Amino acid sequence: MTEAEFEALRVFLKARSGLALSPDKRYLVESRLSAVCTRFKLDSLSHLIREIRTGRSIALEKATIEAMTTNETFFFRDKTPFDLFQDVLLPKYLKERAASRRLRIWCAAASSGQEPYSLAMLLKEASARMPGWHIDIVATDISTEVLEKAKAGIYNQFEVQRGLPIRLLVKYFAQTGEQWQISPEIRSMVDFRYLNLLDDFSRLGQFDIVYCRNVLIYFDAALKADVLRRIANTMAADGSLLLGASETVLGVTDALALDPAHRGLYAKTAPANVTKLFAVGSR
Amino acid sequence: MSYCLIVDDSRVIRKISREIVESLDFRVAEAENGEAGIQACRAEMPDVILLDWNMPVMDGYSFLQHLRSMPEGSAPKVVFCTTENDLSYISRALDAGADEYIMKPFDKDILTAKFQELGVLPASHSL
Repeated sequence: MTEAEFEALRVFLKARSGLALSPDKRYLVESRLSAVCTRFKLDSLSHLIREIRTGRSIALEKATIEAMTTNETFFFRDKTPFDLFQDVLLPKYLKERAASRRLRIWCAAASSGQEPYSLAMLLKEASARMPGWHIDIVATDISTEVLEKAKAGIYNQFEVQRGLPIRLLVKYFAQTGEQWQISPEIRSMVDFRYLNLLDDFSRLGQFDIVYCRNVLIYFDAALKADVLRRIANTMAADGSLLLGASETVLGVTDALALDPAHRGLYAKTAPANVTKLFAVGSR
Repeated sequence: MSYCLIVDDSRVIRKISREIVESLDFRVAEAENGEAGIQACRAEMPDVILLDWNMPVMDGYSFLQHLRSMPEGSAPKVVFCTTENDLSYISRALDAGADEYIMKPFDKDILTAKFQELGVLPASHSL
């Protein structure tokens, strides 16, 4: 792969998925795209890039984007965002949405489903406190391949052990050999949809809680600002955003502000909303 | 420094588990069967116990029942760590008082996540 070809691939990935591929990630291209070459019967990366540049194969473009985006996730990843959901956000919205009894959650870049399913299990555990509530969990991702896996809800032994408490495994999964499938009841709580974060979010509607974790790190500063601004537009006036532990809005956008009491939790910047969140959310 | 007891009849598994647990800043002791494990608990009650199921002399299930009947025996977090991966074994272990269950083979990420879930390791310890 020549410098020019690598540059062409970088431009393509940036334009189509937002992925900002730095020159030091060149090794990733070779390791991740060799399987795509084999699948599409292309004899080299150069051949793959030439084909992409012709724009003739949507399937090849999609496979290339999917191979280059990172899909690693696991149940209750990082723990803290789920503790925040249970201890801060759920009590807050149970109170503030008591009249409508409706809660809408969006997991952006949900990958193979562990994050939305973790939330669905927590909501199921809390269901006695929420009679008659209507909960929407919308989970989106750019990869149709991982979305299919997410919809099936089938995980191997390693996947169900990384972060999932054993009592929840026993309660909400059925074992088939070495595979574990999450129950139809939990699966039915999550609406998986294809979404490229470069595209318009407005058709998703308005959300009370947005999880967008460990995806912005792959975008450049301008795109981060744009995505965060558009996420803020999907949030209710008192909505909450959770980012990954290494991500921040600081210096990126003024549309959102950190809750100083809770690392990784953000609210819209209207002063009244920030004050309200902090007052309810502080422990 | 928290204290972890590894009860397993396989020297190889004890060695691998010790390396992982020590890397998480635990003090570690080993026992090669349930009976030796009980003696170790009498000498000093651990904060967390990694427990195999099938062992000579006293198996993990009997060890757990015995441990939970001892004074202070309800304190340690007990994590079964076994090749018995069937749902029926997991349910039996939980009924007997296990706190968590790891199906072998496992890796450092799985153990770290389980320890965090049990609160014996801070959530800030990165996976």
